[in-house]
Amino acid sequence: MKDTQNTDTNEVAIAVKGLHKDFLLPHQRKTSLKQAFVSIGKKNYKTRQRVLDGVDFEIKKGEFFGIVGRNGGGKSTLLKILAGVYFPTKGTVDINGELTPFIELGVGFNPELSGRDNIFLNGALLGFSRKEMEAMYDEIVAFSELEQFMDQKLKNYSSGMQVRLAFSIAIKAHNDILIFDEVLAVGDEAFQRKCLDVFEQYKANKQTVILVTHDMETVRQFCSRAMLINKGKIAEIGDPRKVAQIYSRLNQESIDSATEATNAKDKDANIQITTYTTEDKKKSSFDAGETIRAKLSWQPIPDLAHVVVNIYKQSGEHITGFRYSIKDASRSHVWLNMTPNINTGKYYFIVQGVSKQNRAINEQRGAEFSVTGTYVKGIKEWSGLVSVDHAWDEKA
Amino acid sequence: MYNILLDMKYLTKKNRAILREMVSTDFKVRYQGSALGYIWSLLRPLFQFAILYVVFVYIFKLNRGVDHFAAYLFFGIVLWNFFVEATSTGMTAIVSNGDLIRKISIPRFLVVVSTSMSAIINFLLNLVVVIVIAIINGVEPQMSWFLMIPLLLELFIFAQAMAFFLCALFVKFRDINYIWEVITQAAFYGTPILYVLTMVPAQYQKWFFANPMAQIIQDARYAFVTHQTITGWHIMRWQFAIIPIITVCAVAVFAALYFKRESKAFAENL
Repeated sequence: MKDTQNTDTNEVAIAVKGLHKDFLLPHQRKTSLKQAFVSIGKKNYKTRQRVLDGVDFEIKKGEFFGIVGRNGGGKSTLLKILAGVYFPTKGTVDINGELTPFIELGVGFNPELSGRDNIFLNGALLGFSRKEMEAMYDEIVAFSELEQFMDQKLKNYSSGMQVRLAFSIAIKAHNDILIFDEVLAVGDEAFQRKCLDVFEQYKANKQTVILVTHDMETVRQFCSRAMLINKGKIAEIGDPRKVAQIYSRLNQESIDSATEATNAKDKDANIQITTYTTEDKKKSSFDAGETIRAKLSWQPIPDLAHVVVNIYKQSGEHITGFRYSIKDASRSHVWLNMTPNINTGKYYFIVQGVSKQNRAINEQRGAEFSVTGTYVKGIKEWSGLVSVDHAWDEKA
Repeated sequence: MYNILLDMKYLTKKNRAILREMVSTDFKVRYQGSALGYIWSLLRPLFQFAILYVVFVYIFKLNRGVDHFAAYLFFGIVLWNFFVEATSTGMTAIVSNGDLIRKISIPRFLVVVSTSMSAIINFLLNLVVVIVIAIINGVEPQMSWFLMIPLLLELFIFAQAMAFFLCALFVKFRDINYIWEVITQAAFYGTPILYVLTMVPAQYQKWFFANPMAQIIQDARYAFVTHQTITGWHIMRWQFAIIPIITVCAVAVFAALYFKRESKAFAENL
């Protein structure tokens, strides 16, 4: 599996070496002088909590880098160290270029100021001068769709509106490296879609982005590489799909909490997919409208109940998915005949096993195929990702 | 050490933009919802001055032996008020901007400097009123007014340095703001602001100048209001009279180093 598909250059944007971060947590915080005096000479009971324990990784320029991990795993601490808010206990962080100083959206907003004033304040924190902000003010307001609220105080905005405003400013940042922490967790669907559009643009422009999220779909769709942080260490780094899968499994494991003995062998169905023509010749390039025969094979393991084939476009859109229910447990392959009316471009499969408890067993990237511009059924009379069965009705 | 105090990289274009927005935010928020707005920053010291003037000129009759006592008194109050405002708002700057400190890596010193800038702007507005009152009070413009420039610079540096020191301390020990309130209260009476130094027995006068604020206020009054003002330079040899200035420099260096060291852990300690 490729994990550097989106990097043209090999220039390093961020290099983290042997990063450790400890927090000294006193049992009773001394926040007054009296307490400090009283406890002079007493032994200080401090717990040393290791939040990051030897983290090494590199992010290359142009990568869309995802960081995932469960709460308390050290993600936020890592991000704060990258952003220069915390200082590492041990280890080094080299940042080549300028990083957005923003970890969260809307930090630095003042509720007593109008939306307009807040745009300028936030812009300054992002590193823009007054003049630059004036030049892009209209664009920011238009993107946020909050034109009529600009003279109102921010405290009268709903939280969703505040986030919208913050995001509209944040995307103006032209720093070399952008960080987004959980931006998708807030905002309504329309806003989320807007975020995704922006991400799409970043990806196309080869902007270096670090995205922290709990949404594995986003990781799969956008990230060129991803990293799973667990208990202060890197649990997995590389292919976003694999990282997403391990992350999901990690969550599942904690939900199941040791009910099942995890036998990795038993869990691995090793599902493979290969594409053929109708004449059963191996082929990976098809004409639009041509029938594709795909052979799906797997290791028959007792727990496997279904196999799922998903088709993704190279840019990440999920085109469609089919599920086959296994009736005979000893069966180890099945054929799939399909005539996808999909537009020209590159596609790939994601194959997945589903257990009897409806849990994902395997998820792996399968073969790639492409659809070329030769149309089997004459000229192309549709556009978009797929063609839908349709007919023109000219009756009155 | 030299670098920490004078390095110009601290005032990059970006930092200036941040500073400008923070100061303007401060002014926009400060008088929000008040009908008179900015005028209050002029009215407040005027009322304070009026009260003290009545009490000390008509009741205690402390104005003997000083020309232009109104200007003398008011100028002292304005200088002192600046020091108190800059240090007490500067002290809480880091803690009250905790959200910013914990989540953005903006240079920490900007947060403190922005509060001092607000205090300086306030002070300059008040200074205009002082000059008007002084001229009404019969003070004549003279060359020695230019001496105010280095003196005000010394005042700004002293207040800024104290603000740096106090705000770094305040992150760890929240008692400091009560302690500082008591100290400034005591120092207000320990500094010759309301009274004239001639009322103090001559052998004790020099001890007042251990306090840099006394030196600054007295020197500034000498330069601006009347040459009758007793300054350290009159009653001591210059080697001693220079002590308050050395103190200010020492405080500035110490505060800068202390702030720089502590600022790395602000985000964690808040």
